[in-house]
Amino acid sequence: MVERRSLATLLAHVVLILGIVVVAFPIWVTFVASTHHAKDIMTAPIPLWPGTQFFENYRRLLFEGLINPTAGGVPMWRMMTNSFIMAMIIALGKIFVSFIAAFAIVYFRFPFRMVVFWIIFMTLMLPVEVRIVPTFKVVADLGMLNSYAGLTIPLIASATATFLFRQFFLTVPDELAEAARIDGAGPVKFMKDILLPLSRTNLAALFVIMFTFGWNQYLWPLLMTTDRQYLTVVMGIQRMINVADTDPQWPMVMAAVILAMLPPVAVVLLMQRWFIKGLVETEK
Amino acid sequence: MEKRAVFRSPWLPLALVMPQLVITFVFFVWPASQALYQSVLLEDPFGLKSQFVWFDNFTALFRNRDYLESFSRTAVFSLLVAGFAMGLALLMAVMADRVIKGATGYKTMLIWPYAVAPAVAGALWVFMFNPRIGIVAYMLHSLGYDWNHQIRGRDAFALITIAAVWKQISYNFVFFLAGLQAIPRSLIEAAAIDGAGPTKRFWTIVFPLLSPTTFFLLVVNIVYAFFDTFGIVHATTSGGPAKATEILVYKVFNDGFIGLDLGSSAAQSVILMIIVIALTVVQFRYIERRVAY
Repeated sequence: MVERRSLATLLAHVVLILGIVVVAFPIWVTFVASTHHAKDIMTAPIPLWPGTQFFENYRRLLFEGLINPTAGGVPMWRMMTNSFIMAMIIALGKIFVSFIAAFAIVYFRFPFRMVVFWIIFMTLMLPVEVRIVPTFKVVADLGMLNSYAGLTIPLIASATATFLFRQFFLTVPDELAEAARIDGAGPVKFMKDILLPLSRTNLAALFVIMFTFGWNQYLWPLLMTTDRQYLTVVMGIQRMINVADTDPQWPMVMAAVILAMLPPVAVVLLMQRWFIKGLVETEK
Repeated sequence: MEKRAVFRSPWLPLALVMPQLVITFVFFVWPASQALYQSVLLEDPFGLKSQFVWFDNFTALFRNRDYLESFSRTAVFSLLVAGFAMGLALLMAVMADRVIKGATGYKTMLIWPYAVAPAVAGALWVFMFNPRIGIVAYMLHSLGYDWNHQIRGRDAFALITIAAVWKQISYNFVFFLAGLQAIPRSLIEAAAIDGAGPTKRFWTIVFPLLSPTTFFLLVVNIVYAFFDTFGIVHATTSGGPAKATEILVYKVFNDGFIGLDLGSSAAQSVILMIIVIALTVVQFRYIERRVAY
């Protein structure tokens, strides 16, 4: 702020608070709905203050699931476990695969190095959405439908993470690698004992971004899985909403929405500093 | 930039890039080439026989009214999403940049929708706008507007736009705030000494200096609206009513996966691929320029 204008500052606060209210209002309504009896959410206006069914609704959803033909009574904890496994494998896998690939590209000279670089770059240009049917066919031919491998491995290649690590490795002083070499450390030891600890903040930043990416996958699990055993949270919600001929059981659906948001939102908020770093850096 | 200190090994570097390369080839390059190949074939739904038809699938698409409508709908949708999500985010970022007390608190409260999955954002808003019990629909009813996105296409289109904008504001906010905080204070102070008020300073100094960020976000937002909003559409409106929310990505999925029209779906994939490649090239060219500044 250049000059003191208390009125303008007040206006800024008002606009920000309004913005936050608009952004947070749907979450409040959702949370409130998730604490009521289904019969209270049948007619407008619906209540705007939490009800008494919080524990009952969440318990039923987590351990019994919704009994309707599409959601099929899969308990929510099962879906959350699936989402968690998927998000963790994708996040850690992407980080691992990109880390070693970036290390090879920066610290070695080998034939076709630039070709490799460009092939990795191409993944940026081919999101799942543009190659839906043929990718499904590849996974089906490999027998990876309805498995954690099929859910995760095809998403593990990451150009952005590779570029981020490459960018970072280029800023690491050459003297470190030289010193390591003089002391008799091979490339793998150098990578593990020197580069890896140096990359801590980058690892944390990427983890936040990739975990939310993995948790929020939608189209991919939709294609890969038909077996209810592999239902993820985000897909489960879609199945709970789109029920034929009847109203969705709103309090339960809304409880599912809250549970589906909780882990990625918690990761982003708890690791906020790294999240912002990750967001800004992966886009460079 | 190249490293001076390099390691030597005939096989290690190849072993290290291999996982990334294998995944990229098997799940990205190969399927994409299959899409290209299928886009020039006419195949029966059982995959028993196929015939080479040159660009017939493409010309058929561009003669198909459904496709052209979906195309223009997607264009309008992405411009609306980009415009609103960026405009609102910029407003918030300018305000957050202005206040000193509580700025971090505001930031925390504004960034979390980034972590919400598009389909979940769709579920939130479909509940808010549910014609019978939704709170916003209730307010609109009492204002005299009979909201019903299950019947009226315009309402459904508005619904997916709102859900998409809501989710994207936080992303844009983070970038605009970073961009604003990178502008040297001395420039703004100099303008203030010369007598420029806050509004004038914003339009003549801040906004032009923010243009690289704005342009970058425009590309990212368009890509987001084109591709990442599939979850919103699929979870809320399923393209309906009467195709009013059938955006291109949803149509590819629907034609290829549900309708089993492989040739047409592949041709649509190829067109989308061209769009992503064009957007990526634009984005990277611009980033090179920014580095040279």
